[in-house]
Amino acid sequence: MAQLTRRGFLGALALGCSAAASPLVTPVVFASAPWESRLVVLILRGAMDGLDAVRPVGDPDYAALRPALGQGGLPVGDGFWALHPALEPLLPLWQAGEMGAVHAVSTPYRDRRSHFDGQDILEAGSGGSDIEGVRDGWLNRMLGAVPGVRAETAFAIGRENLLILSGPAPVSRWSPDARLRLSPQARRLLEIVHHEDPLFRAASDQAIAIVDGLEAEGMERGGGGGHVRLAEFAASRLRGDTRIASFSLGGWDTHFRQAAPMAQALGRLSETILTLREGLGPVWSQTAILCLTEFGRTARENGTQGTDHGTGGAMLFAGGALRGGRVVTDWPGLDEASLYAGRDLSSTRDVRAHAAWVMRGLFGLDRGVLEGAVFPRLEMGADPGLVL
Amino acid sequence: MPFDPSIAAIRFGTGLGPRIVPPSSAAAMIDRLAGPDATAQALPIQPFAEAWRLFRDYRLTARDMRQAGSEAERDALEVERDRLREALEAARLAQARTRIARVAVAEDGLRERLVLFWANHFAVERKVPVGGLLIAPYIEEAIRPHVAGRFADMLEAVTLHPKMLIYLDQARSVGPGSPVGRRSERGLNENLARELLELHTVGIGPYSQEDVTELAKLLTGLTVNEEEGATAFRPAWAEPGAETVLGESYGPRPGLEPIRAVLRDLAARPETAAHLARKLAVHFVSDMPDGDLVAALEATFRSTGGDLLAVTEVLVAHPAAWERRKQKVKTPLEFVGSALRALGVGSERLLMLDDRDTRRLLLNPLQVMGQPWDQPGSPQGWPEAAEAWVTPQFVAARIDWAMTMPERLLPDLPDPRRLVEDALGPQAAEEVRFAAGAAERLSEGVGVVLASADFQRR
Repeated sequence: MAQLTRRGFLGALALGCSAAASPLVTPVVFASAPWESRLVVLILRGAMDGLDAVRPVGDPDYAALRPALGQGGLPVGDGFWALHPALEPLLPLWQAGEMGAVHAVSTPYRDRRSHFDGQDILEAGSGGSDIEGVRDGWLNRMLGAVPGVRAETAFAIGRENLLILSGPAPVSRWSPDARLRLSPQARRLLEIVHHEDPLFRAASDQAIAIVDGLEAEGMERGGGGGHVRLAEFAASRLRGDTRIASFSLGGWDTHFRQAAPMAQALGRLSETILTLREGLGPVWSQTAILCLTEFGRTARENGTQGTDHGTGGAMLFAGGALRGGRVVTDWPGLDEASLYAGRDLSSTRDVRAHAAWVMRGLFGLDRGVLEGAVFPRLEMGADPGLVL
Repeated sequence: MPFDPSIAAIRFGTGLGPRIVPPSSAAAMIDRLAGPDATAQALPIQPFAEAWRLFRDYRLTARDMRQAGSEAERDALEVERDRLREALEAARLAQARTRIARVAVAEDGLRERLVLFWANHFAVERKVPVGGLLIAPYIEEAIRPHVAGRFADMLEAVTLHPKMLIYLDQARSVGPGSPVGRRSERGLNENLARELLELHTVGIGPYSQEDVTELAKLLTGLTVNEEEGATAFRPAWAEPGAETVLGESYGPRPGLEPIRAVLRDLAARPETAAHLARKLAVHFVSDMPDGDLVAALEATFRSTGGDLLAVTEVLVAHPAAWERRKQKVKTPLEFVGSALRALGVGSERLLMLDDRDTRRLLLNPLQVMGQPWDQPGSPQGWPEAAEAWVTPQFVAARIDWAMTMPERLLPDLPDPRRLVEDALGPQAAEEVRFAAGAAERLSEGVGVVLASADFQRR
């Protein structure tokens, strides 16, 4: 239970306005969320190169495809796989079984390789290579299938209008760079000019309460880059009544001299995950983080030590609720005949099936709902056992 | 309720302001709308063909760069590509300043609101990150000339516009039985056909998936000449034979003529009249509009064959449209535009903003308020329900803008007590009058007036 509106309307009363009897004058009390597990979905915009992030160094064809980019790496498990060196901060999590990867997966999107279409299809969760008129996001449809969901249950974080959480089910949105610096007098006057309008009154009261909460936790000034603030804010909500959070990280479209931008993007991802872990504290053990991207990149390096838009890729995952320390895959191989269209890592499984099994494991959702309302035309297949 | 000049400006225009004379009657509003478009002439938008040339030059240069033979050639092309990318962004931002200035200063606020309404009805988005500059010319050429004309003409202009053909993937749809379809893997894309029925004309209900597929087949051949950015018809992509949409047969010879015919028929369907009548009433008057108002709009749409001037006249003449209570919440663009208007910020000030300030003072705040510029997220456009806009984050962004941005746009802020009258007229809410006089600082006084629920609604 959380009390968001701790302030009364004494200021308004003192200045001569009547505080009419209204449910909103009493503190806003939130019911608890429908479950205890937490799900964080990170959208990696720009198409993360799965073959660079989690490298199949044991595949006989890998070295020839990646002469410049494939050097080095952090061997994990039996040595078939190596993590990109920039993921070193996450190696302890991997070794503790709190981080892992799913490889050679993708959405049903094929061939066009457009970021925008690919991201729309990823977030809409639609079942074909076309968005097919789906206008809401799969996380929103999932929320719509669960009784007792309130706006605080799910947070879309950041400035963008995340399609993945858009739709009829109630969702909260906040951008940590939304500022609200008000003098005490300005606050009182705002209460007055919103007082007669319940909708505006509730929204501005909650906004002020969120900003006050961040200030009390010393987060208002915000250290680090934008991604750290997004993660800190997500953690602060997930420690409370929020169960689902989503935000995006960019910088993955590495066509040219990939080594530097890839290391930066993976560095930000590592900081994001570690910030979430620290901020979530005891709740980490109930948390699953899925890192999804619109598609993979070409198997071969291009002429400028980068990679171009491809098909199959990797989904990184982390969190105390998941069984990590491994790469889950039905590996297609990298020989010429196994590449998709002779150029891309093939996708051997719909990435939506993994997301669906995680939601089934965390929230106990019905398989029929996941294969219909949430992910149209998905066949979940066998349980990959990601959830502990 | 009778006509009221302040309500006319706030509900059907882009707000009141010290430089604006509000309409004197509903008839005067319609007379002005029937006359020439003075705002577009005073504040022009670049033609689509010009925007396309810039866009195309960029794409060709980026392609040449990827295929460059040598490092030196590549580096030279990269410099050129970056220059073009900056030019594309500069053009987009210049258009944005012009469009916001129109909202802020137009004498004919009703026309600006109708353009926003119909542009949202026929919403498009950029298809690639650098493509944002194509949207304003599309609105200018396919929508704006028709807001006081016939719906059928607007529908045809929009549906045949290269921007719409690209946005809804019609440009690459190929009939499976066409000469090109039979010898390649390219096939039908139903996107435009589906939205044409569901969003643009009859609305959900009267059609089946079969109608969508048939309409998609009928539309095949309709595509874009990438060289010129112009609409083209390629017979080799067109599905042969007749198609049946909502019981009417079109064809059998593929071409633009049967496509124009189906658009005329869709515009004339009674379901289209009902769909648009309700949408207009919801947008301008109330999320739960008066049934008689909707019926009157629908009847006029049908009896006049979709004459939008006549329909708009019914809207502004109907008693239910003049209720004192403001039931709608301004969209972020309407809010910022009407605030600039109330503050008396002139078009010269807005047009002279540099690119950085255009982002910092206008476009970034709009994004945090929930309305990223020209990116509604889907062909459905921006939402109408008050609840979609009045969320903690979005309201915080509106308050923050109201408190901090006016003083960065105006050297001398108005006295908040005067601003109340300029912005809200004689019917300003008592609590706003009180708060305006009680602020400790000028910027906060201005901020509470603009952030008030009374100003946020229309």
